[in-house]
Amino acid sequence: MWQALRNEYHPKGFELVAVGLDTLGGAGCRAFIEAAKPQHPSLIDQHHVLADLFGVINIPSSVWIDERGMIVRPAEAAPAPPQPGGPTGPRVNLPSELPQRFVEIMGEAVKIKSDAQSYHDALRDWVNNGSASRFALSPDAVVERSRPRDNAKALGHAHFALATQLEMDGHHDAAIPHFREAHRLVPESWTFRRQAWSLEKVIDGPLARFWQGPDPAKPDAWPYDGDWLADVRREGAENYSEPWRP
Amino acid sequence: MLLRSLHIPKREFESGTGWALKPEGACQGDVCIPLSKRASDTVDVRQLANDIGMPLVEAPEHGLWALGPASINSRALATAEAPELTLPDLDGNEFKLSSLRGQKVLLFAWAPY
Repeated sequence: MWQALRNEYHPKGFELVAVGLDTLGGAGCRAFIEAAKPQHPSLIDQHHVLADLFGVINIPSSVWIDERGMIVRPAEAAPAPPQPGGPTGPRVNLPSELPQRFVEIMGEAVKIKSDAQSYHDALRDWVNNGSASRFALSPDAVVERSRPRDNAKALGHAHFALATQLEMDGHHDAAIPHFREAHRLVPESWTFRRQAWSLEKVIDGPLARFWQGPDPAKPDAWPYDGDWLADVRREGAENYSEPWRP
Repeated sequence: MLLRSLHIPKREFESGTGWALKPEGACQGDVCIPLSKRASDTVDVRQLANDIGMPLVEAPEHGLWALGPASINSRALATAEAPELTLPDLDGNEFKLSSLRGQKVLLFAWAPY
């Protein structure tokens, strides 16, 4: 879907740079990237530097950067193009008996709102009109609209970075307290939470990383305060993705 | 930014944090923060962290430090000028965002979980 869009806009001086946020690196991202066969740069971000540098707190999200290297729209939700299309990931063979947790996750996921039409109308306008597009924000508006970050949140980012490196070095148990601290200090970040939850192995198989929560047989073993289902229900699936602003 | 030492080459600090160390201070775009000591070829990360206002978290038992981002004006972005971004592709080849100057770029974040 994004690949087709990129190919349409590429002759107009547009490039898509996809960044997979995953501490597991190629081991986590490879199957998805190979299935998408991207013709654009496709990069791996194991420490989530996109969070530090651009304020990314959820996926999918985007940052628009003009020909001179100026950000014209800071990190915001980037829904898939509205035209009908198949899944971009590798085909996952769903077990015939889907565990109850996945039934419930899918029940919440369908309630997540996105305004794909407005987002993609704006993108087309910017690709065609550049700085004259009303969707290309001024430098002051870009800074003002970027994520709020105080010293406590910045500290949360440092804990998250430390956790990712500990995980990469094989110190999973040592990483957990730093992931927890990142979650406490940057509670609005879904990527900080989802990354940590995805590293807890509760089930086997292709859906293992989407489980994102405790093992029903031993709930006390779950090392985090929240999990995907509990947090989405608490915050409301309709608030999962921030509404698009012109 | 991850660190195995608190004294690192200036260039490494600059590429890791996005802050250029100039005579007038640590700069990002047109935003410059004065430094208590002019940066030499090897920089003292603790001092720079203090001057710029970046949190430093340590895991001494693992010989590891993490430097968090600055929070200028309580925003993620100090300036609209895009910071340099250097990340590897699947084959480990480093890609620089700045290599796409002259084109419009949509930086797209996704995750396999």
